[in-house]
Amino acid sequence: MDYHIVANKLRTTQIQSIKAETQTVKTFTFKDKLCAKAKPGQFLMLWVPGVDEIPLSILDAREDGSVAVAVKKVGEATSALHNKKAGEIIGVRGPFGNDFTAKKGKVLMVAGGTGVFPLLFLSRKIKPKATKLVFIAGAKTKEELFFIDEIERLCGKENVVASTEDGSYGIKCLASESLELLLCKEKFDMIYTCGPELMMRKVLNLAEKYEIALEASLERLMRCAIGLCGSCVIGKYRVCRDGPVFNSQQLLEVKAEFGKFKRDFDGRKISF
Amino acid sequence: MKDNRLTVNLAGLKLANPTMLASGILGYSAETLESIVAGGAGAVVTKSVGLKPRVGYANPTVVQVDCGLINAMGLPNPGIDAFVKEICQAKKVLNVPLIVSVYGFSEEEYAVVSKKAADAGADALELNVSCPHVKETGSEIGQKPEILSKVIKKVKATVDKPVFVKLSPNVTSIADIAEAAAKAGANALTAINTIKAMAIDPETAMPILGNKLGGLSGSAIKPIAVRCVYDIYERVKVPIIGCGGIASWRDAVEFFLAGASAVQIGTAIAIESSSVFRRVTRGLDAYLRRKGFRNVGEIVGLSHRC
Ligand SMILES: Cc1cc2nc3c(=O)[nH]c(=O)nc-3n(C[C@H](O)[C@H](O)[C@H](O)COP(=O)(O)OP(=O)(O)OC[C@H]3O[C@@H](n4cnc5c(N)ncnc54)[C@H](O)[C@@H]3O)c2cc1C
Ligand SMILES: Cc1cc2nc3c(=O)[nH]c(=O)nc-3n(C[C@H](O)[C@H](O)[C@H](O)COP(=O)(O)O)c2cc1C
Ligand code: FES
Repeated sequence: MDYHIVANKLRTTQIQSIKAETQTVKTFTFKDKLCAKAKPGQFLMLWVPGVDEIPLSILDAREDGSVAVAVKKVGEATSALHNKKAGEIIGVRGPFGNDFTAKKGKVLMVAGGTGVFPLLFLSRKIKPKATKLVFIAGAKTKEELFFIDEIERLCGKENVVASTEDGSYGIKCLASESLELLLCKEKFDMIYTCGPELMMRKVLNLAEKYEIALEASLERLMRCAIGLCGSCVIGKYRVCRDGPVFNSQQLLEVKAEFGKFKRDFDGRKISF
Repeated sequence: MKDNRLTVNLAGLKLANPTMLASGILGYSAETLESIVAGGAGAVVTKSVGLKPRVGYANPTVVQVDCGLINAMGLPNPGIDAFVKEICQAKKVLNVPLIVSVYGFSEEEYAVVSKKAADAGADALELNVSCPHVKETGSEIGQKPEILSKVIKKVKATVDKPVFVKLSPNVTSIADIAEAAAKAGANALTAINTIKAMAIDPETAMPILGNKLGGLSGSAIKPIAVRCVYDIYERVKVPIIGCGGIASWRDAVEFFLAGASAVQIGTAIAIESSSVFRRVTRGLDAYLRRKGFRNVGEIVGLSHRC
């Protein structure tokens, strides 16, 4: 048997372009043949030489071989990446994990914070097939409402519900509250969600209440990304290998942990 | 009957088949261990656990090379006090022997952690004296026969469960170390842990792993591991558990012929999944039947006749 996991070999590549989206988010584009074949929901591991290697959702993957990721500056590795310039070298492994199942019909996206990144990629792919595409985007403030202009262009302004916790843009409420208001009025065939796990837990509860199929993309600590080290486990699942996308049924199986606990770098359970 | 052909008694532990999960691969929680057993493993070894929690090293912690993986996880673990809960839970749900892997920075630490693990229900302990990338534990203990003997004797005096000792190939003579371990009272020897290795990226001239140095596993190390098992079998009488690059029944058979009584599988789980255990077990059973053996024990060390 061949020992290679094709996508797991580290490749180095030059950053082609960098675009500042907001104060805290930059989009990085680079060439990588394997990741260019990625589907919405999949992630890659990005190596910042000498600093760290971090998991990032794939924001876009094009036929010309270019790949984009959006990165929010939160700590050491993401800051080091933000300080890089076009032409500098990074490493990539992937794509890893499963992808969203693209459903036809009336589709609803529920994104929180950086959770919009994979959902924007999915929206671009799903738009031509969906009979209706509604996007709920939630964030703490207007500055954290990433890619809102592009989402409004893609879905049509009337199909975008933006909500901020401080009311600086859209409605002043949580994304899950916007969701409940919408579901009282309208029926959907599918909900896709990504964002803070507490938010996704509420979205799951609502999806169950209104009997709508759901898929959620989870975040856990990633080290190996190939299902070996155990850093990313939730219940019986490994988020890197069995996920990061899980459906309602799977999430209900791990409901003791989903939205409640994650594991820290030492493997201890910590509550959200 | 199939069941009879594959059963082994390993230092008092009854295994329905001779395949085991290697330490450090998943093995954090009862639920993941359960899914490994569902894949067909005859026993499971937990991640190595120490006295205090450890966060491990910065990423990259795993890098793939042409013939295997190099890892420098840095022994991340929640510490024995938190881990006791997982052991108790695992004991409730698992129907195969549970072996807890233990590391320490002194003989006392090895003994304290072993005691807590045994009290929580571990069926056996595996002393990790062979991790190649954490200072003052692991192979730094396993390379020195005097210190190794002290650690084993102390643990043996503290717990009354079987004690396995996992050996490092990063030594001049693994047979010498094995002899010291056996004399000190080890009930079985696991051979081998990973081999010191590193990978450097040509573009940036940077060592890739966060810790620079790590341990090689996978198919690359299989021939070395087979030789280690062969060498040890020539020298000591205690059962040997073969480990290193096993991905198929043929690999497993090679280890039995060299002298192993059971085998552990790690890296292959990343390539396949936990179903690797069932595939290896079935292949092994078919091999034994075809060759007319009634039990896997009959082929242990067969290659030494020549
Ligand atoms: C599947 C997945 C997809 C992701 N997609 C994106 C994305 O598209 N854009 C984006 O900006 N962020 C994304 N993240 C989060 C991103 O990985 C973290 O923000 C990043 O690792 C932080 O690194 P740091 O060194 O800057 O921060 P640190 O200071 O090291 O840590 C800040 C926090 O980030 C988290 N973190 C650190 N290292 C890891 C790791 N190895 N795995 C998971 N979390 C970690 C921890 O919760 C930590 O508390 C994703 C995470 C996962 C698991
Ligand atoms: C990611 C990873 C983590 C490991 N962690 C441990 C550990 O905590 N304790 C230990 O004794 N061995 C550890 N090992 C070594 C394995 O148990 C095994 O000895 C080695 O990988 C060789 O077997 P394989 O080729 O089947 O993987 C680890 C190996 C890998 C790949
Ligand atoms: S990141 Fe290692 S098992 Fe998922």
